[in-house]
Amino acid sequence: MSDKIMAYRRENGRVGVRNHVLILPVDDISNAACEAVANNIKGTLAIPHAYGRLQFGEDLELHFRTMIGTGANPNVAAVVVIGIEPGWTKRIADGIRETGKQVAEFSIEQKGDLETIRAASWAAKEFVHFASELQRKECDMSELWISTKCGESDTTTGLGSCPTVGNMYDKLIPQGITGFFGETSEITGAEHICKERAINEEVGERWYKMWKAYQDDVIFAHQTDDLSDSQPTKGNIEGGLTTIEEKALGNLEKIGRECRYIDILEPAEAPKSGEGLYFMDSSSAAAECVTLMAAGGAVIHTFPTGQGNVVGNPIVPVIKISANPRTLRTMSEHIDVDVTGILTREKTIDEAGDDLIEMIRRTANGRNTAAEALGHREFSMTKLYRSA
Amino acid sequence: MSNIPQLLVHDHEDNVGVVVVEGLTAGTEMLCVVTHDNSSFQLTAHDDVPIGHKIALSDIEEGGTAIKYGEDIGKFVAAVKKGHHVHTHNLKTKRW
Repeated sequence: MSDKIMAYRRENGRVGVRNHVLILPVDDISNAACEAVANNIKGTLAIPHAYGRLQFGEDLELHFRTMIGTGANPNVAAVVVIGIEPGWTKRIADGIRETGKQVAEFSIEQKGDLETIRAASWAAKEFVHFASELQRKECDMSELWISTKCGESDTTTGLGSCPTVGNMYDKLIPQGITGFFGETSEITGAEHICKERAINEEVGERWYKMWKAYQDDVIFAHQTDDLSDSQPTKGNIEGGLTTIEEKALGNLEKIGRECRYIDILEPAEAPKSGEGLYFMDSSSAAAECVTLMAAGGAVIHTFPTGQGNVVGNPIVPVIKISANPRTLRTMSEHIDVDVTGILTREKTIDEAGDDLIEMIRRTANGRNTAAEALGHREFSMTKLYRSA
Repeated sequence: MSNIPQLLVHDHEDNVGVVVVEGLTAGTEMLCVVTHDNSSFQLTAHDDVPIGHKIALSDIEEGGTAIKYGEDIGKFVAAVKKGHHVHTHNLKTKRW
């Protein structure tokens, strides 16, 4: 297996596997202008979203972190930022500029949509010429930042697809990749195990405090029932998962047997403690979690599914892995790595891990994932509380 | 096909296993494999159980604890007999 990939080396040294020119709205009311620019200039991608007005405090910081992190992601070559007013627009554009990549910013007030679209389209066209001439260069697989989060889990994910991701991390983390896992609510029932998987006691204690705060401040503060319809989900239950404890134990199979997490990240926060595995405080909802990890800098996402979650992301290829033969029979167009052989005992976890690493290598080299081919570009911002 | 298991069990301490084939019917003599060490045993299914759903490996009283991955995954809110279906009708979380 080759440990070299052909990928894009960005201005800040990071390695990207896609080459998007983004048209990024600061706020919900700038979506229309962004989509118009993306329609004018082929080879660009608008990422419309629902937020960005009258947010404040920690929720606003998360909004900025998500926007800046999305633009800063190495899978992005250049960014046009459009907002209703210049203040927050500049803040996001400047945040992305810290990577050294080209950013053009436009605000709509005192110009209107049409003039903004005209000017932004000219900038976007130049960025497409620039990005389309960039060449993939030889990079090390160990330079990749790879995230994971599972979805529509069932009992086969804990037996097959999650241990496959765990085996991949056990092999690639020691080689120097940076990894992300998270899903704070979905560790409930396995928190004693997760705490022990920290690199040391101090990090484990900080992880436990973060998990406990989520339980107390979010779950217990807002629950109206026993959460048995939400965690596990209806799809999880259809797939045979009965309790959150059972779901959590299967979920945690994604970090394998050996690797230890070295630090804890806020939602959408980029790692600062060097290469290794990180826990990101994040929702267990698929699109929200993948969006946060992409904003944190992940360039490939590995996604085990049992019942068949179809999620994708606008900038990060999402690789789907499934061990469920019914899902492979009924919705195979969504699955990139078939590990049903683990259930029939015809394939070992070690072999499945190698299959996944090979698919990561091919995806890094340019193979479009099932989610990319099917047009799945879910971009879902996490919001902490109501806007002002 | 005879070597392909119908039921997988994570650990020897577990008292439930997972059906990994479609269309399992009551009366099937199942080949069961413990994934921890690939050891195997036989067990008769006494319910029709869908793929992914669990089967009890022993008789368990109401109030007993379900063990999977060698860990506590919840409490039985109804007694269950060996070979029968385990799910939301007889097993609940201890958490919320």
